[in-house]
Amino acid sequence: MASLRTTSRLFAASRPMFRPAFARTYATVEPTPSEQPKMKTFKVYRWNPDQPSEKPQMQSYDLDLNKTGPMMLDALIRIKNELDPTLTFRRSCREGICGSCAMNIDGVNTLACLCRIPTDTKTDSRIYPLPHTYVVKDLVPDMTHFYKQYKSIKPYLQRDTPTEDGLEFRQSPEDRKKLDGLYECILCACCSTSCPSYWWNSEEYLGPAVLLQSFRWLADSRDEKTAERKAALDNSMSVYRCHTILNCTRTCPKGLNPGRAIAEIKKMLAV
Amino acid sequence: MAKLSGLQRDVLSLYRKCLREIRNKPEDSRINFKRYARAEFQKHLSVNKKDFSTIEYLLRKGHRQLELYATPGIRNIR
Repeated sequence: MASLRTTSRLFAASRPMFRPAFARTYATVEPTPSEQPKMKTFKVYRWNPDQPSEKPQMQSYDLDLNKTGPMMLDALIRIKNELDPTLTFRRSCREGICGSCAMNIDGVNTLACLCRIPTDTKTDSRIYPLPHTYVVKDLVPDMTHFYKQYKSIKPYLQRDTPTEDGLEFRQSPEDRKKLDGLYECILCACCSTSCPSYWWNSEEYLGPAVLLQSFRWLADSRDEKTAERKAALDNSMSVYRCHTILNCTRTCPKGLNPGRAIAEIKKMLAV
Repeated sequence: MAKLSGLQRDVLSLYRKCLREIRNKPEDSRINFKRYARAEFQKHLSVNKKDFSTIEYLLRKGHRQLELYATPGIRNIR
């Protein structure tokens, strides 16, 4: 009985009584009958690898914003559910923690699940895959090279000496604090694909996302291979193609600062 | 033979790589691999030779496929 009371209280608090709760999927919302339909046009990049000689094109979809959830991902899911099941995109957590739905929305790299649909219905929203990536299909970019680069920095704890008591490798709260602003990175590749330097030198330049992770392991007090990590980065291409353009910091959907991390790496290498 | 363009040479070099990789496969399944590789190339014979973006895409796809099928775990193909 106690549990039943709690749910009914929650139910009453979150939505008016006349709206049934069961009819809602997370991409759509119940329409409020009095409002005028707010139609917005979404232009989405389409390309099908099964017809490789057909050129990529922009396809328009019209959605009523009153029936759509607040985020771009809701709009995309609704397009896929109701208008065009062939639309392809990656999504998973719908709350900005998995980094799957990274794409270029209205000219800015961001996560579709963290990007609100602009309420201005006169202008179209344009949705592209991440810029300067090979496209697998529609909005799905090929991340193989990005992950290869991530693997190349050995993103794991490297240590030879065990702890004295054979338990966990511990660190002080101050040392832990150094990792704040670094460990939150979800590797969505929004920053790397917004970096002009990475566009032109992606083969050798590691890019802001991977360098941020690289610094995360350099800054870790428990890691003992700092010298090796620094030696691996100490060449003209890996780090020094960063010209502090700071597109990475501006675009990061998690509000991190890869530009600062790269500057810290440069400082460590210079000493 | 006429002088080949860079892209044409890339395609030929991919085909040669495929043939070389086939030699690492078990002897009795080599014929199947060869048939498969040829068929994959022949599928796209109709692509216009000036359609660079398509050819580049197919090259990338081909390299990905080659990398996959070159793994020693794959012993035969139909």
